[in-house]
Amino acid sequence: MPGLKLLEALTTPHGLDRYLELVNPMLTVRELRARVTDVHRSTSDTVTLTLRPTRQWRGFKAGQFVKVTVTIDGVRRTRCYSPSCSQYRADGKIELTIKAHPEGLVSQYLHRAARPGLVIGLSPADGTFSLPDTRSDPLVLISGGSGITPVLSMLRTLVDEGHAGEVVFLHYAYTEHDVPLKREIERLAEGRPNIRLAFAYTDAPGTGDLNGFFSVKHLRAVAPRFAEAQTYLCGPPGLMKSVRQRYKQAGVSERLHTEDFAPAPVAAVGTAGGTIHFGRSGTSATNTGASLLEQAEAAGLTPEHGCRMGVCFSCTQIKKTGCVQNLLNGSTSSEEDEEIQLCINTPVGDVTIEI
Amino acid sequence: MADTPVRLTPQQFEQLGKELDELRQRVMADLGEQDRKYIYDIIKTQRGLEVAGRGLLFLGFFPPAWIAGVAALSVSKILDNMEIGHNVMHGQYDWMRDPALNSKMFEWDTAAPAENWRHSHNYIHHTYTNILGKDRDIGYGILRMDEDQEWRPYYLGNPVYAFLLMLLFEWGVWAHDLEIDRQLKGETKWSDYKGVRKRMWHKGIKQALKDYVLFPALTGPMFVSTLVGNATANLIRNIWAFNIIFCGHFPTGVESFTEEETENETKGEWYHRQMLGSANITGGSLFHVMAGNLSHQIEHHLFPDMPARRYPQIAPEVRAICEKYGLPYNTGGLTKQLTSVAAKIFKLALPSRKKPTTPPSSNVRPLKSVAA
Ligand SMILES: Cc1cc2nc3c(=O)[nH]c(=O)nc-3n(C[C@H](O)[C@H](O)[C@H](O)COP(=O)(O)OP(=O)(O)OC[C@H]3O[C@@H](n4cnc5c(N)ncnc54)[C@H](O)[C@@H]3O)c2cc1C
Ligand code: FES
Repeated sequence: MPGLKLLEALTTPHGLDRYLELVNPMLTVRELRARVTDVHRSTSDTVTLTLRPTRQWRGFKAGQFVKVTVTIDGVRRTRCYSPSCSQYRADGKIELTIKAHPEGLVSQYLHRAARPGLVIGLSPADGTFSLPDTRSDPLVLISGGSGITPVLSMLRTLVDEGHAGEVVFLHYAYTEHDVPLKREIERLAEGRPNIRLAFAYTDAPGTGDLNGFFSVKHLRAVAPRFAEAQTYLCGPPGLMKSVRQRYKQAGVSERLHTEDFAPAPVAAVGTAGGTIHFGRSGTSATNTGASLLEQAEAAGLTPEHGCRMGVCFSCTQIKKTGCVQNLLNGSTSSEEDEEIQLCINTPVGDVTIEI
Repeated sequence: MADTPVRLTPQQFEQLGKELDELRQRVMADLGEQDRKYIYDIIKTQRGLEVAGRGLLFLGFFPPAWIAGVAALSVSKILDNMEIGHNVMHGQYDWMRDPALNSKMFEWDTAAPAENWRHSHNYIHHTYTNILGKDRDIGYGILRMDEDQEWRPYYLGNPVYAFLLMLLFEWGVWAHDLEIDRQLKGETKWSDYKGVRKRMWHKGIKQALKDYVLFPALTGPMFVSTLVGNATANLIRNIWAFNIIFCGHFPTGVESFTEEETENETKGEWYHRQMLGSANITGGSLFHVMAGNLSHQIEHHLFPDMPARRYPQIAPEVRAICEKYGLPYNTGGLTKQLTSVAAKIFKLALPSRKKPTTPPSSNVRPLKSVAA
């Protein structure tokens, strides 16, 4: 596009988007953004946003997440959210369902202040939590609380595909009133005998299909064939742990696919020691064994980050030298000039990072 | 002028450091939406003026349009370089985590590549402010700006070099990072500057292409008129920036320091040097914005990464702190500061009357005015 090249040369050094956005924030050449077109508060602590992305949007696979960036009191904040709509949604819009965490900065902001017209930053969809390309049978979708979003997207996508295989949708909530979009979920199963819905309420005995926290009884009752199924799981840490244990006992861990929303507690790994040199800022610190992100922050730096749990890659920086250990899987790596995620790596001895 | 010794005890230095740290803490904790709105309003104004200026030059056959176009473009470039570029590249807006205003990513509308400039300005100049032989801020490389710089016959041309530097300021800053003076002294070699040169060509060509080829060509028959208009806007920006910047460190009364006296500096002593090494210019709020708030050079040197719109707000407090410790707070109108700088440039073209004295190398140093 020679025309675009010329415009870029004329708008150097700032680039075309920096001019266009002042006219209309949705008018961008390179940057992906979205406008909120609809806001719906379906339960007292969740908000469902419908977004119209700019034309750079390339779609998503059911189960994947996007990074949303909003400006709160002058500061841009980025968080991950999994679209809850079908990947085939006809109008090209995406839908996010966000739970307002009591102390949560971004989720509270969106719950309180999101209104049609708000323009937010958006990333392309990312993540490996998605249905296999050849849809298997049976499929079990288990979720708890706000973890419903990626599996609801899977369910809606399967319905749009006319998927005929068996699908079990098991969702945990405190009470009936805490299930976002409950009516719509029920409508999905109407007239589709292959889809089995089960709502389990932990705080309202006798009101749901199942009562109390996850147990093997629940699984046997709604998904007796779970050991042959591919299972997709997303929810609070307690639920994730119990389900993982159950699948492990059954020897089918490799059939269980999971997505974590909340940061995992940092495992105590290795021994602290050595020095971290923050190359660009010229500071250094003694390695405490915490993640590089935490140690950088403790040293007064403010590296970019998002999820703090290794998912979003916002915190990727170049490690010039030294060895790091991955806090999630324990693997070590001592390649030079390697891009690493600060939030899930801890130094092993001396390390130099370009921040 | 008689020497006016001001001595601070180590305790006083510590107290001074604490007070300024607290002031900084207070402002930084208060940053928020209003600071973001401020800088975006400035950016909107600048981009608007730029588009208007470029547009008006299409009508350059009509002299009032040409003049208005050049004026708009000049103001745009001044805002871009000073209130936006210089300040953003200091990291004043990094707390916003906005990639468009990130100190590491921002580029400005001038020939010098941001990366080169950040090294020599943010790091070298702001760390080693007014330490002879270490501070390589614009001026020290080619001009004699301090008595303690040894006189050579070359410096007879001091006023001429300063005048040329003013006219070509953009390209002076561009070439600054080649450190020609250090190369001539044999401290560094041409080959040390490979990366610097590559960035210089890259950025320099893009800037020249835009202002001297593409926009003139777009205006078709007005090619020459647009080219002259763009060059004039760049020239006006050069003269303005040069004058503001030279008033920041070189008016009479501003101190310079030696490497020995600044060794093992405490934070309090560092603040102290920043205050004595800088000078403010008084003026209205429009003037401060056009000066990129470098008219609050003292506040800027104390807190280089504090959003510049906060400088006028904290100036009374900084001044009160100076008074409390009996430290000078060098400020004056533009004319006064400019006259003072010009006088210095002329005076230092000639050898000093007396040999420069070696100051005592203690932390507590009698302050003397650089004789007027
Ligand atoms: C891949 C991925 C997909 C996600 N999809 C969704 C989604 O579809 N809908 C949705 O509502 N959220 C989703 N999240 C969670 C979301 O990104 C935020 O973490 C959440 O909105 C809280 O952000 P905050 O700014 O409000 O809280 P913060 O201000 O960051 O945190 C405030 C407090 O809440 C705690 N906290 C943060 N996140 C969680 C959590 N998920 N559960 C429990 N406590 C938490 C923190 O430890 C902290 O104490 C997803 C996260 C990931 C990693
Ligand atoms: S902050 Fe998300 S990968 Fe590190």
